[in-house]
Amino acid sequence: MRSGAFFLIALAVGALIFGCARAINNDYVFFAGYTVLQFIVLATAWNILGGYTGYVNFGSAAFFALGAYSSVFFHKLYPMPIPVLIVFAAVISGLVGLGMGYLTLRLRGAFFAIATLALAVVLQTLIVNWNYVGGSRGAYVIRPSTVAFLGNYIQYLFLIMLVLAVVALTIARTIEHSSLGYGFATIRDDELAAEASGVPTLKLKLIATTLSGALMGMAGAPFPYYIGYLQPSSAFGLEYAVNSIAMPIIGGTASWAGPLIGAILLGTLQQYVTVTISSSVNVLIVGVLLVAFVVVAPNGIMGLFQSIARRLRHDRKPA
Amino acid sequence: MFSPELAINALVAGLLLGGFYAAVTVGISISFGILDIVNIAHPAFIILGSYIAYLLNIEFGIDPIIAAIIAVPAFYALGAAIYQVYYLAFEKRGRAALSGLAFFFGILFITEVLLILVFGVDYRYVQASYIDQSFNFGFINLPKRMLIPCLISLLMFIVLQLFLSRTFLGRAIMAVAQDQEALRLMAASPIRIKRIAFAISIATASLAGAFLIIIQPVEPSVGREYIGRVFAICVLGGLGSLPGTIIAAMLLGVAESFTATFYGPSWAPAVSFGILLLTLAFRPAGILGR
Repeated sequence: MRSGAFFLIALAVGALIFGCARAINNDYVFFAGYTVLQFIVLATAWNILGGYTGYVNFGSAAFFALGAYSSVFFHKLYPMPIPVLIVFAAVISGLVGLGMGYLTLRLRGAFFAIATLALAVVLQTLIVNWNYVGGSRGAYVIRPSTVAFLGNYIQYLFLIMLVLAVVALTIARTIEHSSLGYGFATIRDDELAAEASGVPTLKLKLIATTLSGALMGMAGAPFPYYIGYLQPSSAFGLEYAVNSIAMPIIGGTASWAGPLIGAILLGTLQQYVTVTISSSVNVLIVGVLLVAFVVVAPNGIMGLFQSIARRLRHDRKPA
Repeated sequence: MFSPELAINALVAGLLLGGFYAAVTVGISISFGILDIVNIAHPAFIILGSYIAYLLNIEFGIDPIIAAIIAVPAFYALGAAIYQVYYLAFEKRGRAALSGLAFFFGILFITEVLLILVFGVDYRYVQASYIDQSFNFGFINLPKRMLIPCLISLLMFIVLQLFLSRTFLGRAIMAVAQDQEALRLMAASPIRIKRIAFAISIATASLAGAFLIIIQPVEPSVGREYIGRVFAICVLGGLGSLPGTIIAAMLLGVAESFTATFYGPSWAPAVSFGILLLTLAFRPAGILGR
């Protein structure tokens, strides 16, 4: 299937989802759905670097918060429509991703992971000390209650996130079937051999970090409007860091469908747990699932499906 | 603002803080530096150590440092168990890179959330006679709650350094980093040696945790601030070098102390990251690197 066709199909599925959500016509569906869609974007973005090239980014929360705070900054500077803010967020987060990658990716993989882990702490320090965007007190972003054509504003945010999810999935799938994707796979499988065969590994890794960072920033850009009151502790929340890793790994990192499945399953589960039990149990469940999958089923749900399918095919062969 | 007295006090406070940072980092120096296991959950184990010292202190009135020494065997066993899982699930299958990192990341969150569920998010502190006392030499102030952890930490370093350089087991641990095959030819099982070394690295978290809760009140998410610090120190010191770790820890302690004194404490966490990035960019081998 060509990427264009995939994009149109994904768009059609998106339109169908939006139609269904409107038919139910309950604000909670949009609120919860927004969170799940946001996790689809984050998980897909993480997987472009983590799944395809094998470099682990622990700083998803940092890139997400960078997107959210760039929105707050530009909103205060001059109120602009959200799609414009998303573009700004993408550029800023992408540049930070590029810078991080440039400094650390020439070394062993573990250093990049550690640097991203520390990045979250430092960005949070910067934001806490930066009064223009609210500092440690946080910032209010007053959103209009209605928007033209759609009515309720939350529906508008939901629609934006839906489009972002479609775009992210299309990018991921396009990469998978392009020479870029094969280049990424060589890095994941054997970086030394790839380098020796003339694959420009550093350049490819930088493309992956920039793209991944930009998508995470885009996922964060509408967040201040969604939450209304943005604090450093909510933008840099634990759940973004742990979920954007857990979702692709639980779903399966080999293809675009893995993060999608992981995000839908875990995202929905967490919406349920947050409402019925508590949000710290929530993080506990994700942590336990992550460890369990990494130890027992390292190829995720997609990998489990594939091995079952393979076994069925073997059984069907005449002995 | 700037006065020599303030600067000297900041220097002394930084050196004391550095001694404590060295204790926090030594576990990572062993697991990441020598064994190549990127144990990002180490700070979570340190917080676990803090809470165990807290429990023993509150329930039985035991001094936090004695409590930590009592808990060392339990931490050792925990470390051995974790290594066994890590070995079977990742090292043996040759997929340590991505999955191993995710594994420790998951453990980090599980530990933190379990502590939150058991103890809540209130700050906890311990009681000991020396906590609010201090020595004064002229204008120099040496608070005992900083001095005692620093001294015991240095003692721990000397013991570990002697162990690694003088005993057969210690030398075998150093050898694991260089050539596992050769170790096997010497009739020492690399797996067993690595399990012992990793268990020792987790055992140090017990003491480091007690130091932490003596120095400051602790709540479960405090550990995350230390992730950047420990890896910055470990990389700056040169992976796997214990003397390098002490020097780097002192440097970071002094840098943070000056930042906190002259710019304000809320900027201190950014120092470690700056140092980490500069080291990675300009001298990835560290000060005393191989």
